[in-house]
Amino acid sequence: MKKFNSKIAIFALLVLGAIAIAADHIDAPAVQGGTSDITDFYAFQAQDTNNIVFVANVQGLLSPANTANAAFDENTLVEFNIDTDGDNIEDLVIQATPRDGKMYFFGPVAPAQTGLNSTIMADQTVGGIVDITAYGSNPIISTNMGMSFFAGPRDDPFFMDFAQYSEIIAGNATSFNMPGSDTFAGTNVLSIVVEVPKLMVGGSGTINTWVESKRKQ
Amino acid sequence: MKTLKLISILGLALLLTVSCSTNDDDMPTGPTGPNFLGTYVQQDQMGRPAVNTVFVSSASKDDFNTTIPSEQNAAFQAMFEANLTTLSPAYANPGDMNALGLDAAAFTGLLATDVLNVSLDGTTTFFDGTNVLTGRALADDVITVELLLIFGGEDFTENPGLSNDNVDANDVAFLNSFPYLASPW
Repeated sequence: MKKFNSKIAIFALLVLGAIAIAADHIDAPAVQGGTSDITDFYAFQAQDTNNIVFVANVQGLLSPANTANAAFDENTLVEFNIDTDGDNIEDLVIQATPRDGKMYFFGPVAPAQTGLNSTIMADQTVGGIVDITAYGSNPIISTNMGMSFFAGPRDDPFFMDFAQYSEIIAGNATSFNMPGSDTFAGTNVLSIVVEVPKLMVGGSGTINTWVESKRKQ
Repeated sequence: MKTLKLISILGLALLLTVSCSTNDDDMPTGPTGPNFLGTYVQQDQMGRPAVNTVFVSSASKDDFNTTIPSEQNAAFQAMFEANLTTLSPAYANPGDMNALGLDAAAFTGLLATDVLNVSLDGTTTFFDGTNVLTGRALADDVITVELLLIFGGEDFTENPGLSNDNVDANDVAFLNSFPYLASPW
């Protein structure tokens, strides 16, 4: 019996290791597969080099058949955090949350409070609104105050041979394959993309950034 | 005093002008607008790719997601270092480093604070051969970069079978302009 239990425990560990995958896709038990599960975060210089782009993806591994039914959750707030003075505490946030087919963006603005709990900064004027693009439609883009906004399904930009990584971690393989196979090929995510003038997020130098998902209590 | 009033009226007018730049029926506030009240409590967070997945032990993954970045190093660096040295033979000997010149303690000290550093002064990339950790572009092969830093040793030559997943690009091309990500499948 003891042997049996330890075997189950080892198996459970391997399974846990296998499903906690990839960039941040289904990374932890409380969020995996839910509407607040962040899959990826990107920050890069825009086509207009005066601007910086932030991308947050949620709800990964959507098959084409399931993409039309995937929706942003009105009880979930996605928050881009920006630290401009190097202490890893957010000085500015860009908040995004959907209501009735539109994605509302607030910021960049100093948050009412830093940390794990947020209130939505709905009473200030920096931000924008965009209609959420439906699956199969051309991307709907809105602009305001030099910023651009998008929300809707996109190809998952992440690429990795996760299947072989799992085999290695599980002890079933000792190396990657040549060539590898992209486990995320042909899958979609729900994307929130916002482009902002660099002047709105510190102007120059290095900023520290991260993205959070928060659920209404 | 009059001047002060004028200034405040001007300020108000300016505010109104800004407010009116969006469609009236889309305004986020007002009695008929959507409700944004309430407190939102953290569930997930992410800075650099794959950090929670690779370096945080299974039982601590939710805890990591709800620890603010400024407190992550104190709470998780030791766990990161233990998991790194268990995972990779490239740090087995005293003095072993990766190609950034970081030993296991220094490398996990960098990673345990899970924020993405972003340069506002030029090239933004996870690693492009020259620039290191100045952002994350869509086409960056972040997994191979991380595998190289985990398994590749001082000059990227150690454990070659583990230091590249041999998937070097996305399955479809990205766009050159906003929203940059490709259309869904």
